[in-house]
Amino acid sequence: MKPLLIQNGRIIDPGQGIDMTGNLLIAEGKISWLGKEPPAQAEYAILNTKGLIVCPGLIDLHCHLRQPGDEEKETIATGTRAAARGGFTTVCCMPNTNPPLDNQTAIEFIKSKAAAEGAVRVLPIGCISKGRKGEELCEMGELASGGVIGFSDDGAPVASAYLMRQALDYSRAFDLPIIDHCEEKTLTEGGQMNEGAISTKLGLRGIPAAAEEIAVARDLALAELTGGRLHIAHVSTGGSVELIRRAKEKGIKVTAEVTPHHLTLTEERVLGYDTNTKVNPPLRTREDIKALIQGLNDNTIDIIATDHAPHTEADKLCEFDLAPFGISGLETALGSLMGLVHEGEIKLATLIARLTHEPAKIIGDSYGKLGTLAVGAPADITIFDPNLEWVVNTNDFASKGKNTPLAGERFRGRVMATIYGGKLVYQDSSIKIKES
Amino acid sequence: MRATQTKPTVSETIWQHHHVLDLDDFTREEIELVFQTTKAMKEILSRPIKQVPALRGKTLITLFYEPSTRTRLSFELAAKYLSADMVNLNTQISSVAKGESLVDTLGTLQALGADIVIMRHPSSGAPSIATRFIGASIVNAGDGWHAHPTQALLDLYTIHEHKQSLKGLKAVIIGDIMHSRVARSNIWGLTTMGIGVTLCSPPTLLPIGLGDQRLPPVRTEPDIERALDGADIVMTLRLQRERQRSGLLPSIREYINLYQLNKSRLAKAKPDALVLHPGPVNEGIEISPAVAHGAQSVINEQVTNGVAVRMALLYLITGSQKQ
Repeated sequence: MKPLLIQNGRIIDPGQGIDMTGNLLIAEGKISWLGKEPPAQAEYAILNTKGLIVCPGLIDLHCHLRQPGDEEKETIATGTRAAARGGFTTVCCMPNTNPPLDNQTAIEFIKSKAAAEGAVRVLPIGCISKGRKGEELCEMGELASGGVIGFSDDGAPVASAYLMRQALDYSRAFDLPIIDHCEEKTLTEGGQMNEGAISTKLGLRGIPAAAEEIAVARDLALAELTGGRLHIAHVSTGGSVELIRRAKEKGIKVTAEVTPHHLTLTEERVLGYDTNTKVNPPLRTREDIKALIQGLNDNTIDIIATDHAPHTEADKLCEFDLAPFGISGLETALGSLMGLVHEGEIKLATLIARLTHEPAKIIGDSYGKLGTLAVGAPADITIFDPNLEWVVNTNDFASKGKNTPLAGERFRGRVMATIYGGKLVYQDSSIKIKES
Repeated sequence: MRATQTKPTVSETIWQHHHVLDLDDFTREEIELVFQTTKAMKEILSRPIKQVPALRGKTLITLFYEPSTRTRLSFELAAKYLSADMVNLNTQISSVAKGESLVDTLGTLQALGADIVIMRHPSSGAPSIATRFIGASIVNAGDGWHAHPTQALLDLYTIHEHKQSLKGLKAVIIGDIMHSRVARSNIWGLTTMGIGVTLCSPPTLLPIGLGDQRLPPVRTEPDIERALDGADIVMTLRLQRERQRSGLLPSIREYINLYQLNKSRLAKAKPDALVLHPGPVNEGIEISPAVAHGAQSVINEQVTNGVAVRMALLYLITGSQKQ
């Protein structure tokens, strides 16, 4: 394969502090040149990216690929194609599959499926507890040597503070994070949406913000006690942001993520009982969104992750309280997040850092240098048009999960091409490569 | 008044509802139109032959996923007095019992040519969701904790029959408001008619988020005697025994001690205050037998008015279908 020159794009790589118009050369799956001037080499194909943004391939630290067990909802093949369409070159898949990813065989299955059928890099997350039952720790050492990037019982919280303490302590041996879905279950039983005026109006059982904040506070205390690495999944309330901010000031080893839907949609979306708005944690309030954005801007929240949770149409075609939780998010993430940039809520470089350099820091170097356009790094690159308008049409989704409340939404900012390991894994129909 | 003259004189353009899902989107004018139409229906009910051909050729189906006595009977009678063809779908013995989904059941009703589906469902929002899958009008006969608009309209009509003007009256709703679809619909309906609403219940049974601008303005008062002071309208709600099991109440005994509507408490309200209850009544729990059967109780009138109000709604909806 000829080297590929990505020409005249606006190159933004927050990890290296780069924001310039320039050129990027890809050879043998790696980045071989980065500069304002083109490289002194004649033989290459050219991808003109004038007016487009060229950044490190996006990394999603939190998605559900549903395989094994729920292949009607998503597979590694379809989920990674959805990732490519969304500009993601690395996705970390949650272990709440059936069977769950709580042993090395299951991890090997994910890796071999991903190698054979995946469009982008798949990094598995292992369970915290055997069978996700919240009783005994998994064999974390074996999972770590199998290549997991962290441990989580996501979908379910770790109810026992005792087990959480052991998990945070034991995992220190492998320097891998414990990723907790923070939810105090005794406060959320039967809950359908954020608790407040809208849940009262709709007659739906509420999920109070305190249910998340209690669990966040507990985990932070245990992270302080053990010195373990804690990563808080899908932060959704202003109270959680405040707790994490104070913990970081104290030097507790904690990182946190927020989803695009919690940054852009409020509980009012549930009016009308669209089951595609049902997600856990639930869509919250305008005040929560303000606090989450502030958290992104002051480094309290480290990363943005999709919590891509695909379901079949039939799963969601039912009464609100019978519908499963989850939003299919990989293919709308960048478009919806660019809205925050256009509105002046966050800087473009901040957005890109939260989707590239920062999640790469949490993953570490075991899989090569991710989230960077540094020469020698894997050629994982996302190219997007920050201003191109488009309308979300779920028929275009590569994901099997069409479950999004954003269908029909108009976004400004569209992924034009995704390059994974030097290979073009997604390109908009308008993108043409010129052989020189 | 003859059968052919039951058409309301108020312009039908006031009526905007193809479906009746809740009272949160009803205007004062629409509620007044329901009153006016109900009055005409009551006149029909007073005749020796209580039937008019207003809904002849219309197919009504009742789809009840929860048990009901009075609401279902009331709708059935209303449909029959208006000459509609009415059938019940019994969810206990139909394919619903075999696990057929709501969406599939609605598809079947659509294929069978239903014009109006009267629906009761334990899940809040199920009737709203149903409107996306069926062309027929949906009338909500109670969904989860959400709404019971026909009950609230018959409550309002019953109040309207007794009081000269609704504006400025004081209503107190006592009991398990959090889990009550009747209370929710009444809060919308009463406030739309300009009636001041006080909610009286243990704080654990009060809805969350009151005071938010997206909800109707209400006053809360946990002390029953203070709440009843000067009230024109007193509504009590059925207390489910499971509220004790789920820890929202320490005991039914304490609930009775603190919140039962009895004679001495009712004396705090205005002498001509009306006592309403949506039924079925737990006598001796939320209301004392003496009050339930006392001179101020309009509980039986509510049941009678239920038929006329439902006739009025079916009539108005059918009119909207013609348009």
